[in-house]
Amino acid sequence: MPTIDTVWSARDTNPGDIDAALRAALSQIHHENTGYVPARVLNLICIVDKAYAGEVANRLRRVGRYHPSRTIVCSVEPGRTKLDAVATIAAPSEVRHGDIGLLRETVVVEVGDQHLQHLDRIVDPLVVTDLLTCVWSPHGHPEAVDSLLDLAQIVLIDSVDEPHPNDAIHRARELSKKVYVVDLAWLRSTPWRERIAATFDPEHLRPDLRTISSVTIRHHPDSAAAALLLIGWLASRLEWRTTPLMQGRSVWEGSAHARRQDVKIRLEPDPTLGVRGLAGLTLETASGRHFSLDRGPGGLRARYRHKRGTEREWTVLGASRGESGILGEGIRQALLRDPTYGPALEAAETLLP
Amino acid sequence: MTIQPLHETPDNPLIAGLERLPVHPTTLVIFGATGDLARRKLLPAIYNLAHEGALPERFNLIGSSRSDMSDEAFATQAAEAIRQFSRREPDETVLKELLANVRYVSGTFDQDGVYDHIKVGLDAFDEQAGQPLNRAFYLSTAPEFFPIIVGQLGAHGLTHHDGAEVRAVIEKPFGTTLAEARELNHRVLSVFDEKQVFRIDHYLGKETVQNVMAFRFANGLFEPVWNRNYIDRVEITAAEDLGIGTRAGYYDNAGALRDLVQNHMLQLLCHVAMEPPVHFEADEIRDEKVKVLRSVIKPTADTVDDIAVRAQYGPGTVGGDSVPGYLQEEGVPPDSNTETYAAIRLEIDNWRWAGVPFYLRTGKRLARKVTEIAITLKPVPHLAFQQDGSVGVRPNQLILTMQPNEGVSLSLGAKIPGSRMRIRPVNMEFLYGTSFMSQSPEAYERLILDAMRGDATLFTRNDEVEAQWEICDPIVSKWEAMPGPLPQYEAGTQGPAEADRLLEGDAHWRAI
Repeated sequence: MPTIDTVWSARDTNPGDIDAALRAALSQIHHENTGYVPARVLNLICIVDKAYAGEVANRLRRVGRYHPSRTIVCSVEPGRTKLDAVATIAAPSEVRHGDIGLLRETVVVEVGDQHLQHLDRIVDPLVVTDLLTCVWSPHGHPEAVDSLLDLAQIVLIDSVDEPHPNDAIHRARELSKKVYVVDLAWLRSTPWRERIAATFDPEHLRPDLRTISSVTIRHHPDSAAAALLLIGWLASRLEWRTTPLMQGRSVWEGSAHARRQDVKIRLEPDPTLGVRGLAGLTLETASGRHFSLDRGPGGLRARYRHKRGTEREWTVLGASRGESGILGEGIRQALLRDPTYGPALEAAETLLP
Repeated sequence: MTIQPLHETPDNPLIAGLERLPVHPTTLVIFGATGDLARRKLLPAIYNLAHEGALPERFNLIGSSRSDMSDEAFATQAAEAIRQFSRREPDETVLKELLANVRYVSGTFDQDGVYDHIKVGLDAFDEQAGQPLNRAFYLSTAPEFFPIIVGQLGAHGLTHHDGAEVRAVIEKPFGTTLAEARELNHRVLSVFDEKQVFRIDHYLGKETVQNVMAFRFANGLFEPVWNRNYIDRVEITAAEDLGIGTRAGYYDNAGALRDLVQNHMLQLLCHVAMEPPVHFEADEIRDEKVKVLRSVIKPTADTVDDIAVRAQYGPGTVGGDSVPGYLQEEGVPPDSNTETYAAIRLEIDNWRWAGVPFYLRTGKRLARKVTEIAITLKPVPHLAFQQDGSVGVRPNQLILTMQPNEGVSLSLGAKIPGSRMRIRPVNMEFLYGTSFMSQSPEAYERLILDAMRGDATLFTRNDEVEAQWEICDPIVSKWEAMPGPLPQYEAGTQGPAEADRLLEGDAHWRAI
């Protein structure tokens, strides 16, 4: 939707001046047209390297309808000592009489690395009080995230961003003890979790959950953390006792202990997968059922085989959300609470070699 | 938050935390599959559910209608309808997969062959899946076919299916009189159990309507004043600025009372007046709504003139354009006695609401499009302030707006800045759009999914429909027996002056 932007900028400024400028601009825009009202949903604090700020801005522009209402971008430039800021209020260019036009505010503050340890002192005056505040730091800067943990209720992470899955799981665990964590790697697995749950939902198939004897998860070579979260979810929901997996050159293998039998676990990279996340999974039960899901056109391709010879294939419909859709979903999830992520993460940690 | 361990949840432990609960594999049969509703609403809704991965993991579609065409031709027609009316641009790979196995059965709904063919299709899908699939029959036809279709489904043994659920979704209108509604209920319930029947009132699928319950029952602030001690009157308005458009054939047989009051507006009344349910479960909510409907003092032939007003729009100006009156609209008989405006005053004879008038009004070609519930509180018992030189203190009014901008507004008295203590009303306004990022899903998406899942919370129960008709039927009967012409109101205005006589005391209608 085309917007009219009201822009304020200042060099060598301070948070009080930025806040005052935002208030004045909001008041003036509303005064000019009472149909313009500020959205009040979520504060999103993004900590980004200045060199990649444009890329992150593009990602945020493409999240579709799930915009935070106030975005505060802390653009980190090594060596910078003063704060520069640009505040933009975007208003829909057309508001019909009697309708409302939602205003969205973006503040870009140029900070130096010396500011990161106490970033809360800069950001606190800029967040809208009483709204939930989410922190997203896609380029690292853990010290900046840590400084904001008293201010924020949610931290948005992507566990597959960490080069090593062990670090990813440990960091997510550490954060989740302090705030609510929305993990994009977890959200990418939602359709998979929904389909596994649906497969075993008919009452006559629920007992089979206790007879799962083998799970193989195929993942993008950089997304072992996503596979760990998925197996952690199964383990936590089905009360498997877990022990560390063995790490081969690329495959992770091991077993968990269900009440009735051991469950073989295998996490294997699929180099043919062009996007991050999961490529497929296969579940086998002691009763001889063999169920697999793989990415396919128009959704997930499901295959079912029974040791007695029955074999079926079908497509579970669903469109790909794309990476921008996943980020949008992450922002939406910041306002919700998924009680199963924490236990899945905890179980995943016990599987780490 | 704690997660219940497996041994305490005999249900599927994998569904905890999932936003979308599994829907069991289903074959959906749409009767009237080439009709306007199917093309504009149902097929696009099904596509959007597929797009979001919300359909059952195995989903099949069978369309049935009078037009003669092949499966492929129906799939092509359905794809075109989806491309034209979907709220999002379709992903062609998902669309192709969705319609890959679609089947079509042509014929009139009284023909045995239609049901034989449908059964063949249903059985084939079961065979393909290697399991009995749930079956949902969606009756999206003209209402005169409802009893015929349910009768044929019963006669062909299609109302039950071993090892799976069978459900019937029935569009509105559910009867056009009390007698018809009872007869239809009788026919439906002679072949289906009530728990298999899902009577659509798409209004209930709207987030805005569900929000009325959230507003009342999730906020402790309002409950203490939500009764006859504090509330002076309740006004429910569903106004449209448009005329009947191309719907003369339907509308002239229905009229405003049947079109909106008997179903949607009485549902809004129920949401305002019902007691809090103990649990948010279908039958508990519907029990509470039925209690409200049964507590409404029923109109009689003698009281209709006192509590109900009808009128037709005449020529006028809307948004600067001249528009014809109802009788000049294409397809409307020049001597039509059908009301395009209806206003009624109801009273709920129970402990909470006795003596509080509920005003319901709806009309076409009114000043603007708005659906809202206005709750006017009683005035303060004593005022110490001088009011000279100001609008003065008005009773607080709480407005729940469903459209165009969903929100809540509360009028308050506030001091006018200056040296004197003068008061004027101001509004404290909350707009849902400012606080939620997501767009509401189409009502039909929610309703189709709920019906396939077997959740009847947002559907109307048999006794609820009949209780609604018990309120409206005496008015319909009296009006049908009375000759025209009807009072006229100028298009683009607030409605007929005659509606003022329904108001008690010094009340006046809230401006549309």
